[in-house]
Amino acid sequence: MKPLPDAVEIAPGTHWIGALDPGLREFDIILKTANGTTYNSYCVRGANGVAVIDTVKASHADEFFRRLEQVARYDEISTIVLNHLEPDHSGALPELMRRAPQAKLYLSTKAQLMLKALVKIDELDFNIVQTGDSVDLGGRTLRFFSTPFLHWPDTQCTLVEEQSLLFSGDVFGCHFCDARLFNDQVGDFRFSFEYYYQHIMRPFREHVLEALELLEPLPLKLIAPAHGPILRDAPQSYVQRYRQLASPLLHNEVGADNKSLLVFYISSYGNTALMAQAVAEGAETVTGVRVSLYDLQAMGDLPFVDLVEEADGIAFGSPTINGDAVKPVWELLSSLAVIKVRDKLGAAFGSYGWSGEAINMIEDRLRGLKLRVPIKGVRARLIPTDEELGKCRDLGVQLAQHLTGTIQNRVISMSELLAQEPSHA
Amino acid sequence: MPKANVTFEKLGVTISVPAGTRLIEISEKVGASITYGCREGECGTCIMKIVSGMEHMSERSVLEDKVLQENMAGRSDRLACQAQVLGGDIVVKA
Repeated sequence: MKPLPDAVEIAPGTHWIGALDPGLREFDIILKTANGTTYNSYCVRGANGVAVIDTVKASHADEFFRRLEQVARYDEISTIVLNHLEPDHSGALPELMRRAPQAKLYLSTKAQLMLKALVKIDELDFNIVQTGDSVDLGGRTLRFFSTPFLHWPDTQCTLVEEQSLLFSGDVFGCHFCDARLFNDQVGDFRFSFEYYYQHIMRPFREHVLEALELLEPLPLKLIAPAHGPILRDAPQSYVQRYRQLASPLLHNEVGADNKSLLVFYISSYGNTALMAQAVAEGAETVTGVRVSLYDLQAMGDLPFVDLVEEADGIAFGSPTINGDAVKPVWELLSSLAVIKVRDKLGAAFGSYGWSGEAINMIEDRLRGLKLRVPIKGVRARLIPTDEELGKCRDLGVQLAQHLTGTIQNRVISMSELLAQEPSHA
Repeated sequence: MPKANVTFEKLGVTISVPAGTRLIEISEKVGASITYGCREGECGTCIMKIVSGMEHMSERSVLEDKVLQENMAGRSDRLACQAQVLGGDIVVKA
């Protein structure tokens, strides 16, 4: 077996002291990896002190301490920076604090409660930092950048100013284990970089864009993330790639003064399809709304999640079969966790044979995803009547009016509300 | 009986309710996109933002205050399962 590598100098006086986990195949249940991951932590030596940036998963603490001891004594450590407190980066923290009790902790505002939950010490002493704050190690200045929600509330990045070196936490990271460490030496990891973005960062796209505003202007020579290869060859190209990944592929033809409503449906006998058509027709009568109609039978081959990410409103038409909405509807609804859907407009409709539960179930799911569902869905028994299709058109009109902000605020009493069917005003 | 008007901003609906009604009684019925957990003021799941009219809401209990703080809630946040409307006009972000 090859001996484990020692601490690796990544810039003068700055070392990688992380841990390798080549056997890992599944991370946090939701992520697969074909070749493990790394828990990257780093040690920065200044004239007046030594800083440790993040730690590793508890199971790999021995490896981390062995490498740390190769480059610093515990009594030299003046600073511990916590860019992200998830246990795979904070697992060795309690032991590090025990071994270097004089070290001061630096973390973001939102990391405080997590720190207290992870390190069970009553009198915890720490320093809260935000964008603009810095720590001087003597010839090495650590400058902090608040980059929350990438991908936890607590996340931040730390720059070594003199070295244009960014400790980016999970940003620009990926699950890829290769002891050669540097992006110009490891195997082809590009798919891992993209995959990691899609699963970890994409739900927080607007926060990615905010962070890029802070990070893009930096003249970065080296990006040292908390997982995967250290990016020393063309580091800016990874920043640019994040910008591309966080931007729509094509210009959205629905202009800024228009709202986009997507009507998804699936239909076994064409009845729910008729209703979908009527919803779309109704919505199209309202100026300022662009309606798109999609048959979910094409689900699986088409990137509907991408469409939903760009839309302002989504309506789902499903028949009720065996007391439930049908599988393609649930497949799309269960795929939306990777994008931000909060506060989009949602609605449901559909044809049924004898019970029609699908509509309420879809509406509950939409509410669970934090969409707003202001209008009760339309149900029709088997073939929709002209009156029921009229209700579908009305649903479309009202959805469009909600999107354009032209709907009249309704006022009703509690007793009227209680007299109505559950969960709808 | 004194009344209060609770407007759900995102839904575009105002409900006229008797004073003393808890927010959860209205939000559940109106179909607001709030998730609920213990419904007893302990889990903090049903945090709701009050846009205006906080002066017309019941005072925070010690328990509600503790749970809100633990969840890093702001001054305009309340637990739907605990906060009661006492009168006047209240607008919630839901």
